[in-house]
Amino acid sequence: MLTKRIIACLDVDAGRVVKGVQFSSLRDAGDPAELALRHSLAGADEVVLLDISATYEHRSTLLDVVRRTACQLFIPFTVGGGIRSLDDAAAVFDAGADKVTVNSAALADPALIPRIAHRYGSQAVVVAIDALRISKGKTSPFGVKATGGRHSTGRDAVEWATEVEKHGAGEIMLTSIDRDGTRGGFDCELTLAIVNAVSIPVIASGGAGAAEHFVEVFRDGRADAALAASIFHLGVTPIGALKRELQAAGIPMRWPC
Amino acid sequence: MIAIVDYQAGNLASVRKAFDYLGQESAITANPEAIAGADKVVLPGVGNFEATAALAGPLQAAITTAIEQETPLLGICLGLQWMFESSREAPQLRGLGLFPGECEKFPVEVKSPHVGWNQLQLRGASRLLHGLPENSFVYFTHSYRAPLVESTVAGCAYGGTFSAAVERGQLFGVQFHPEKSGTAGLRLLGNFCQL
Repeated sequence: MLTKRIIACLDVDAGRVVKGVQFSSLRDAGDPAELALRHSLAGADEVVLLDISATYEHRSTLLDVVRRTACQLFIPFTVGGGIRSLDDAAAVFDAGADKVTVNSAALADPALIPRIAHRYGSQAVVVAIDALRISKGKTSPFGVKATGGRHSTGRDAVEWATEVEKHGAGEIMLTSIDRDGTRGGFDCELTLAIVNAVSIPVIASGGAGAAEHFVEVFRDGRADAALAASIFHLGVTPIGALKRELQAAGIPMRWPC
Repeated sequence: MIAIVDYQAGNLASVRKAFDYLGQESAITANPEAIAGADKVVLPGVGNFEATAALAGPLQAAITTAIEQETPLLGICLGLQWMFESSREAPQLRGLGLFPGECEKFPVEVKSPHVGWNQLQLRGASRLLHGLPENSFVYFTHSYRAPLVESTVAGCAYGGTFSAAVERGQLFGVQFHPEKSGTAGLRLLGNFCQL
């Protein structure tokens, strides 16, 4: 049976894993390569590395981190943050990534999605959507923000999701800005709205705090995968224990693995 | 030396990385002589079946030479599909026809693409899958699938059962990505290196 995926996310700034609450107040959580390997051995189904600073000076640091992480990781490895062009994506793939995430650059130029998909395949292009609840939505009550949640785009999250699928995205990584870092649970309504609008897999992100949150987002949000960061790094929820609990709740998991 | 055939169909770095990890010398190459003379040939590839059009000509000739010399050949994902006769994804093209049948889309009842970890249903003896337990989890990402054939050594259930792994003589193909399938995948690649 195809299992639901548990994805460990590493938010990296200047070569170190950091974690913010609602996209701010960072703190150091360790070395990315070390953490990635630890998560993989603990049962993570995938690892995502997001370069959250993505300034020009840090690009070479990032590629070095990607290289060090990739050489010992034999599960899918996604890298994102600051990918603005096919060349940026190519550098990350060459360093050992299997997939890239694009976000702000795809909002500014949606043709970036097919450009990368044409060369590396749709399965290698994950479009990250940072969504938030808004009072007056267009077709849904969810809007889209760009540049790490800093700028409004005027786009509707459901419309944007269907558009990126048409452009050839292989998966959608959907982050609820409202829930990110709160550990209060995923936004299942947001997740379900996107899942119902597209046929490509949807990764739910933002708000993971306990095993029941994962049960909810798989059962009620119908997510294909769920992503979390700090609860795994800080050992709040060991991945193996989480997977056993989800399996007991009837959610298909890769366990033991 | 293991030749990883480069025909511009996706990212080959991770396949190479897995061989590095296993301590096996490999090279990503589009040189027909290097492919024809390799100890083993790996044919990876992702994306649309149309991408296999780039194999027509010298690369296909080199791969055919390698097959005639009984060089072990491992097709991965699109590489496996190309070892069949054809695919509905690009009906104008022909595959190598090493295994009979046509690759087709998943039925509408299931979400496509099939992305994630699914289980192998082993069928009979296999050198490639030696040591892998029944129901091993491996990582898939594909929109088209190959039919079950006599040479199927592992099936996978997703909207019906399809060929997850085929094997006949020195010919091997896997629909999943062993280089991304954790310890099960490394075991499989290790078996291939030992052939």
